[in-house]
Amino acid sequence: MDFGSINPVLLIASLMVASTPILLAAIGELVVERSGVLNLGVEGMMIVGAVTGFIATVETGSPALGFLGAALGATLLALVFGVLTQIFLSNQVATGLGLTLFGLGISALMGQQYAQLRTPSSPRWEFFGLNEVPVLGPIVFNQHPVVYLSLILVVAVWWFLRTTRPGMILRAVGENHEAAHALGYSVIGTRFAAIAFGGACAGLGGAFLSLVIVPQWTDGMTAGRGWIALAIVVFASWRAWRVLLGAYLFGGISVLQLNLQAAGFAIPVELLSMSPYLITILVLVIISSGRGRASGQAPASLGRTFHASG
Amino acid sequence: MQRGPILIRLEKRAAPSRVWAWATPLVAVLMTMVAGGMLFAFLGTDPVAAIRTIFWDPLFGEFAFFYRGQLLIKAGPLILIAVGLALGFKAGIWNIGAEGQYIIGAICGAAVALAFYPLEARWLIFPLMVIAGALGGFLWAMIPGVLRTRFNTNEILVSLLLVYVAEQILAWMALGPLRNPEGAGFPGSRNLRQYESAANNELIAGTGMHWGVVAAFIAVIFAYVLLSRHLTGFHIRVAGESPRAARFAGVNPTRLILFCLGVSGALAGLAGLFEVAGPSGQISIDFNVGYGFTAIIVAFLGRLHPIGILLAGLLMALTYIGGEAAQATLGLPAAAIQAFQGMLLFFLLAFDVSTNFRVRFGARAPA
Amino acid sequence: MTALLDVRGLTKAYPGVVANDDVSFSIDPGTVHALLGENGAGKSTLVKMVYGLVRPDTGSMQFSGAEFAPGSPQEARAAGIAMVFQHFSLFEALDVAENVALGMENPPPMRKLAQQIREVSETYGLPLNPDRLVGDLSAGERQRVEIIRCLLQDPKLLIMDEPTSVLTPQEVDILFQTLRKLQSEGTSILYISHKLEEIRALCDDATILRLGKVVGTADPRTSSAHELAAMMVGEELKVPKARDHALGDVTLRLDGLSVASPGAFGTSLKDISFELREGEVLGIGGVAGNGQDELLGALSGEIPVAPGAVTFKGEAIGHLGPVARRRRGLLAAPEERLGHAAAPNMSLSENAALSGWLRQGMVRSNLIDWRKARSFASEVIASFDVRTPGTEVPARALSGGNLQKFVIGREILQAPDALVVNQPTWGVDASAAAAIRQALLDLAAGGAAVLVISQDLDELMEISTRFAALNEGRLSAPRPAAGLTVEAIGLMMGGAHGMEVAHA
Repeated sequence: MDFGSINPVLLIASLMVASTPILLAAIGELVVERSGVLNLGVEGMMIVGAVTGFIATVETGSPALGFLGAALGATLLALVFGVLTQIFLSNQVATGLGLTLFGLGISALMGQQYAQLRTPSSPRWEFFGLNEVPVLGPIVFNQHPVVYLSLILVVAVWWFLRTTRPGMILRAVGENHEAAHALGYSVIGTRFAAIAFGGACAGLGGAFLSLVIVPQWTDGMTAGRGWIALAIVVFASWRAWRVLLGAYLFGGISVLQLNLQAAGFAIPVELLSMSPYLITILVLVIISSGRGRASGQAPASLGRTFHASG
Repeated sequence: MQRGPILIRLEKRAAPSRVWAWATPLVAVLMTMVAGGMLFAFLGTDPVAAIRTIFWDPLFGEFAFFYRGQLLIKAGPLILIAVGLALGFKAGIWNIGAEGQYIIGAICGAAVALAFYPLEARWLIFPLMVIAGALGGFLWAMIPGVLRTRFNTNEILVSLLLVYVAEQILAWMALGPLRNPEGAGFPGSRNLRQYESAANNELIAGTGMHWGVVAAFIAVIFAYVLLSRHLTGFHIRVAGESPRAARFAGVNPTRLILFCLGVSGALAGLAGLFEVAGPSGQISIDFNVGYGFTAIIVAFLGRLHPIGILLAGLLMALTYIGGEAAQATLGLPAAAIQAFQGMLLFFLLAFDVSTNFRVRFGARAPA
Repeated sequence: MTALLDVRGLTKAYPGVVANDDVSFSIDPGTVHALLGENGAGKSTLVKMVYGLVRPDTGSMQFSGAEFAPGSPQEARAAGIAMVFQHFSLFEALDVAENVALGMENPPPMRKLAQQIREVSETYGLPLNPDRLVGDLSAGERQRVEIIRCLLQDPKLLIMDEPTSVLTPQEVDILFQTLRKLQSEGTSILYISHKLEEIRALCDDATILRLGKVVGTADPRTSSAHELAAMMVGEELKVPKARDHALGDVTLRLDGLSVASPGAFGTSLKDISFELREGEVLGIGGVAGNGQDELLGALSGEIPVAPGAVTFKGEAIGHLGPVARRRRGLLAAPEERLGHAAAPNMSLSENAALSGWLRQGMVRSNLIDWRKARSFASEVIASFDVRTPGTEVPARALSGGNLQKFVIGREILQAPDALVVNQPTWGVDASAAAAIRQALLDLAAGGAAVLVISQDLDELMEISTRFAALNEGRLSAPRPAAGLTVEAIGLMMGGAHGMEVAHA
């Protein structure tokens, strides 16, 4: 086969771009799950982030404010999840699904008047001409600021969970919420903070899609990326570094299949389009079949409802 | 929740409140109407008119004769899918990919019909289509089922991701193998409603009653008996309540997972088949309209109880029809109804707390 | 001498139950004060109030002469109170140092903390490696984590909630030496237990609780165990009596049973063999977490094993599931009442059907006859004096003792040929416990083989024909229970698990 039409440097640079929404959403969900909460509403929070980010950018003309708006909008939705699951003790799976269904609806509603618009593009950073360096330039020194932010977030989450006391408390809450409560830590407060962080990250991821990658608003434009982000958290065995690996792997597959489509290979377009989903499933199977190792590393309180009975 | 000056406290009830178990859906519907009305007002639509257009006019308004038939057409697939999903949800098995099973069921059923075209033999073709539809949905649901039982892979994620795969297959089918050769190059298959042996038309004109609705009613009865009397239904309930107690009772988790996913997949496949052979008529790129997802709301709104699902399915169908009416007469955006349905689920989940907890306001006054 | 802690008239009510009713007592500096009472007497609620986890409805406390009303455990810790929980407040996936740090207000940096843990564990003879994951530790080692967590904060008052329930007799001795050393350094200890001999051996004063009220105080060193028991229970206890009966043939045999634990932090069973005869009660002791759950699972059929590993009435049944085993007459009652032996939110009649549908003929052509389920539930309720408003209340509405009677009764009334029970009287009040033990003895007298897994050695000595102990997944050779000394039992349970005596 002829891969001549596919430039590997551009491929890597663009896979970093394509991966960023998933990476952001997954690193947020990782923190949520480490606190013992399973929020299946990532897709909903992403799409709400995508639309609020888009609207905020159009209305203010500033992509930076757009991203801020996306984070706020998705956080607000995440807090609905928080109130329902932490205060009203609703089932986390059902509430997460509800969040996704509601998010898809409300985003379509909000985005109606914005469907045909375009936003001012946000510039990439160029690092004083370092972007001109061959190979490394386009990959390392010529990305959108949010791409750098996503990488910083991975490092920050890793550092936070591993070395800080609040990070340790968050892990403790996710591991055994009764014991954490008995030691006097606020289970609900910790989880609310984690849920809000997860929402903000998912929102940023959604906005990156509607403001940078596409950049346009269309209904349901996240197209399952939220679910892939959830799968990546499992793939990563709840570890920050592996989330990065997983996200870039899937970003790579998406970019590659798009390139193959564009290059006109004799593979049905539909087969290429479904490949990221199929490969996600395949990887999930490989990870989970490793003698229950993945499930053994899941936070022990994941998805369980906490109510201090006294 | 015991410390400090707190405003709301929850006290676990010794036994779940039966009153609240039934009142919750009603309260949730009322609260959704209020909140939805506020949403509509925000969008610049008269909230009272909107609520009336959605909930009242389709049943009792000027054009009710037209809408009432639509009610069963929309409720049929919702109920059929939701009944199957509820079995799994009760057992703690989360098939959320019914939309994909619905698509595959429709494709399989339509493929059988198109393979026979233009042979006229309804006694053979229609039953074969039904079997193919159910089998297609069943097999599609078996993918997460087998992966879960063989490799312990999370069925939530797999079933959902397979929806996107199914949508791609649908697009491929509509553009490729199942495309109408006489369709002047337009995507989409032949219209099955015009093919006597395959058509799933109304059984009684004007009622919307077709074979899919009949199947939905049968499924409700079947599920009701299963859950209330049958040993398997009992095992489903125990497994959902407490997986360890189920194991102690002798429930085989593998068989239970395959049963629940298989039944819900087959029912979703059936719903797809009846839809493609009836109301929709053809395989097209946008054949699926989200019944598989809305059915999740229907299942919860119906308390995972077959009779409740019957009522919830009708109510949800009403919001679809009323939503379309409101779109036509009041210019309410189509997406509003989807948001409205999501809101309904939120309120339901929020008020559900009353079933198991007593909600007290204000801290206990120190004596 | 002013009291270190002075509790005045604490009252705490929950819906339907007054957990503590006007409770007062005081602890002097440098003393070991016992809080004695049955399960459900309100001991746990009381110490939770002292530790700031629960706010009293009324009443007041003074600590070191100052008013004391902790709003959180942090405040209690800051005041100088530390607590070792009965159900450990530990995190399995975190390491020892992290677990210790989580229980401290201002922990030093991790490396320094690890050093301190080594020093303290050295001083008090509680060896512990700060880098190990808590999930990999034994129950006794986990308790050391809790204790060291407390000691690092130099507490004025150390609360210990039922600390010996997870220890072998030898480990109990070492714990007591540690506690006496602490006492000699001026630390007061509030020691909660229902084990009378321990309290007599360790404590200076005792406050006795019954049904949430203080029913008396005593000097445990001068009171007899009988006097303390009478105050605690409030009535004369019927001690279960074994009837003399001959043993029959071997009905249940385990032959080289090995099971890999299904859980990440569970215990694998290693090469377990024994024989159980008709009419015999085999008691299996051991500290929690040494394979009890796995053994019950392998016997109930929840964990399938090699066919020949379990033989019942001459038939290899290791591969069979719970239903097939029930059909053959081998029944089981697991330890965890809510969520294993019974489904919490299901009614008693549904829970009666849970394990009883087969042998009680409730199912015909796969349809359940709910009337039969109800009548079987009523029968269990009547025969075992289960206090409940009816058969249709959910299992979780029953008190622990009543639900336990229901669960045990459900299995016994199915007339098993062999019955396996795990912790049959755990968390059950004394009179219910006596009734359950009597029912097990009667079952054996009727010719059934009974296997009792328990962590309560007194219980096992009371009802067992023979005794064996589980230790790290291995079973000691069963020995006749009559005439076994505590030392011998302790050694069968694994002795002191490599602990050294505190450097006094």
